[in-house]
Amino acid sequence: MEVVVGQPRRRRWANLLEERRFLAPALISPAVIFMVVVVGVPLGWAIYLSFTDAIGGSLSGRWVGIDNFTNVWHDQNFRNALENTLIITGASQVIVVVGAAILSHFLVREFRGKWIFRFLILLPWAAPVSLAVLGWQWILDSLFSVLNWTLAQLHLVSSLNPPQWLGETNLALLAIIFVHAWRILPFAVVIFIAGRASIPTEVEDAAKIDGASALKKLWYIDLPLQLPIALVAVLFGIVFTAADLTVVFVLTHGGPFNSTQVLTTWAFQVGIESGSLGQGAAISLYLFPLLALVSVLMLFFARRAQVS
Amino acid sequence: MPFAWPRGVGWRKVSTYLVVGPFAIVLAFPFYWMLTTMFKSDSDLYTAGHTPYTFNHPDGSIGWPWQTGTTSHLSFLFHQTQYPTWVVNTLLVGLAVVAITLVFALPAGYALARLAGGWGQTAGVGIFLVYLVPPTLLFLPLSRLIAQLGLQDTLWSLILVYPSFTIPFATWLLMGFFKTIPLELEDAALVDGCSRLKALVRIVFPISLPGILTVVIFAFSLCVNEFIYAFTFTSSTGERTISAGVPNELIVGDVYHWQALMAACLIPAVPLALLYNTFLDRFIKGFTGGAFR
Repeated sequence: MEVVVGQPRRRRWANLLEERRFLAPALISPAVIFMVVVVGVPLGWAIYLSFTDAIGGSLSGRWVGIDNFTNVWHDQNFRNALENTLIITGASQVIVVVGAAILSHFLVREFRGKWIFRFLILLPWAAPVSLAVLGWQWILDSLFSVLNWTLAQLHLVSSLNPPQWLGETNLALLAIIFVHAWRILPFAVVIFIAGRASIPTEVEDAAKIDGASALKKLWYIDLPLQLPIALVAVLFGIVFTAADLTVVFVLTHGGPFNSTQVLTTWAFQVGIESGSLGQGAAISLYLFPLLALVSVLMLFFARRAQVS
Repeated sequence: MPFAWPRGVGWRKVSTYLVVGPFAIVLAFPFYWMLTTMFKSDSDLYTAGHTPYTFNHPDGSIGWPWQTGTTSHLSFLFHQTQYPTWVVNTLLVGLAVVAITLVFALPAGYALARLAGGWGQTAGVGIFLVYLVPPTLLFLPLSRLIAQLGLQDTLWSLILVYPSFTIPFATWLLMGFFKTIPLELEDAALVDGCSRLKALVRIVFPISLPGILTVVIFAFSLCVNEFIYAFTFTSSTGERTISAGVPNELIVGDVYHWQALMAACLIPAVPLALLYNTFLDRFIKGFTGGAFR
């Protein structure tokens, strides 16, 4: 009896699993549900917290409307952090794009020792960020900086009063910009190489036959065809730089005197170290419009890149 | 008369080295610096007159590493600190997270590449955008959540949270890899009477093994890299991973054991870069196969 009842039911299940309309959502939904739980819910929670006066240790607080957002906006440290975030992100990405455009152009060629060069170039991307930044901290050390030693040998700086790379605001910002550019560059190079690989060889051949000069080829063929993927690399770079906490946290810890704080480290300082959870959430949410804009642009270019 | 490059020496070749060389030097310099630092004696490292790029005798003259270098800081790192524990913790967390990631991302990546039809592409990009939601927006509520679950200061907190960025990343890459597999292979299996799931397990996954391996490596390295969750969710020395343990536990107050620190930084970087280099071409393939092409 039971076998007879069980048989058609099992077959129905099996048929259901063959059905695309059913199988696709069945395979995708576990991943989506997981992401809703560990990303969607905390994100919603962060937004909720930003409208409350929650303090460390509690998950909720009194509803205060947009007070957190206006209060932090009028705080000089926040303004400073916002400005630093924009400067660091913008400046480092300019270096990254120029560097990646040049380096990827040469790195697609075949040459002897390519494997070892590629290994050296990939190191900053592969190394854990917090550890790589410690390396920079040692390079820029106040007493035994190898950079200062070298500059002093070249008579560019005085060895008695060398620049304090991490102790003066502008120099520290410069160091942060450079470290960000340094760690994102390999990734951008890889994306650029991927973009070059996707240019159909017919186009190259046609240009060659037409006798286009290298410069013309670069301007009329390589650049336009690479633009979408270059923009993707830039958008990635913006997100990875603007949303990064590690570099500033380890390199300067926001110092000297909070002058190199960025939005993420300032949110950490206020939200975790000072315990004003609501305000911290509000500070980190100021990043959200930037990230949303970048995401929309990325969707747009991903679609365009696909069409072409 | 215009300058003529001598015959036989390819300008193309020379220009390649002239550009790639300096880039490689700048990008790899911190790692060279870690390498020389970790074997230097205190007196060599902290004497102002010494040449920092090389090893020096006490009188300041340049010596070979085996003459004036020392491995004592390396043995300090491995015997006097919890570094070995952090390495083990990092491996445990990485492997657990990779396993969880594959369980979720393999079916999702396949479905998005093959079964979902027109909306698969859009959904794929949507899932990828989740990867861009930065930990800095999430760690405040997540740290409270972890505390509520009683997972604070355990490796479980990281194992629970890390898939939040590895799953979207892996799903995206896998979607790209699955698209490169010829449809005919699966269709043949289906015609032979295989069910779709069977075809998936027997045909698709084995062929995709190189792609899956690539995902394993890059997802693992994302876990090794992660700092902010590891820093906030774990606090006792024994529960740290390397990325949080080294900057926070090896620096005691203002005392920097630079040689041990630099060794601790270099050791994980080298194998990861070797793996990246080996799997780079496949990574590019999967990354662009997803949508950006």
